[in-house]
Amino acid sequence: MGKEMTESTGGIDFEDEDASGVIKKFMFVNRKAPYGTIYALESLEVVLISAAFDQDVSLTFMDDGVYQIVKGQHTKAIDVKNFSPTYRALEGYDIEKLYVEKESLEQRGLTEADLLVDVQVMSSAEIAKIMSEQDVVISF
Amino acid sequence: MKFAIMINEGVYQHQSTDSAYQFVKAAIEKGHEVPRVFFYHDGVYNASSLTDPPKDDRNIVMRWAKLAKEHNIDMVVCVAAALRRGIKEENLAEGFRISGLGQLVEAGIQADRLVVFGD
Amino acid sequence: MLHIVNKSPFENRTLDSCLRVALNEPGAALLLIEDAVYAASKSGSFESAMKDALGKVKVYALWPDIEARGMQDRVIEGIKMVDYGGFVDLVAEHSNCQSWL
Repeated sequence: MGKEMTESTGGIDFEDEDASGVIKKFMFVNRKAPYGTIYALESLEVVLISAAFDQDVSLTFMDDGVYQIVKGQHTKAIDVKNFSPTYRALEGYDIEKLYVEKESLEQRGLTEADLLVDVQVMSSAEIAKIMSEQDVVISF
Repeated sequence: MKFAIMINEGVYQHQSTDSAYQFVKAAIEKGHEVPRVFFYHDGVYNASSLTDPPKDDRNIVMRWAKLAKEHNIDMVVCVAAALRRGIKEENLAEGFRISGLGQLVEAGIQADRLVVFGD
Repeated sequence: MLHIVNKSPFENRTLDSCLRVALNEPGAALLLIEDAVYAASKSGSFESAMKDALGKVKVYALWPDIEARGMQDRVIEGIKMVDYGGFVDLVAEHSNCQSWL
């Protein structure tokens, strides 16, 4: 039969995978800071799984979500896994569309130079346009 | 139309799962299909067989199980989120199954709309 | 796009962020559910933001949540009430939707 359904395969049997060739625009919206809650970490896990499906994936970081990709995260003292390096690995999975809302950065006194990964900084109006073009928007 | 639903919060703590339930019921009443409901983050607690709410209040877990059975809804609980929170086969309520995040992405691809309920 | 918000604007800034984006989009609609229905209250400090939004996008509120919270007589004019069936219709009518969490 197919491969065993496991966590790493996302619970899908690849041999039976729907090969209809449908490509949808999936946007993952991150608005929450890391570590205070689990949403940032678990959203990244969805993003990584989505890479296996050859969809048109993008990520938007807004509001406190911009803190997920800020440089210099050291979590030893809080004894919680530091998952920020994973954002740099997204490119290796062909997930390259990372959008950051300009207003969110400015409100927080941040600039693009503070971020640990290459992003496209966009105004709210530009983000609105891209969001309106998505097929599926998943928020966490 | 086919609706896929994602639920990110647990039972009683947030209204999300209640809102989702009422939405799914209404969608079915209108003749739509709801092929899958995917439970993520604390949403996995919707599948706990150990919940024991007061008798004069709604039983969220059983309500979902009943609706799923009547309308052939695939109720999927994310394995990674479930393991973190202690939801396993031995305390999984009837009507739910544990599987991977791929089921969420697949639901998004195959449905006409995906609606997320969370905090 | 149908923008769905479920948090009270007096408690957190999700509705502010949603409006900052959604008001740029022609044809957008906003649906207030759960605690976000408090944003539909007349005379509250959010009234002018909501009236401004009404000038640009359609605004809906989920009636069962309004009623649950005793807000029936306080809704800003122009905000349309929908039930869960109406919620379903809104999702179906818009090509996509986003829950602002």
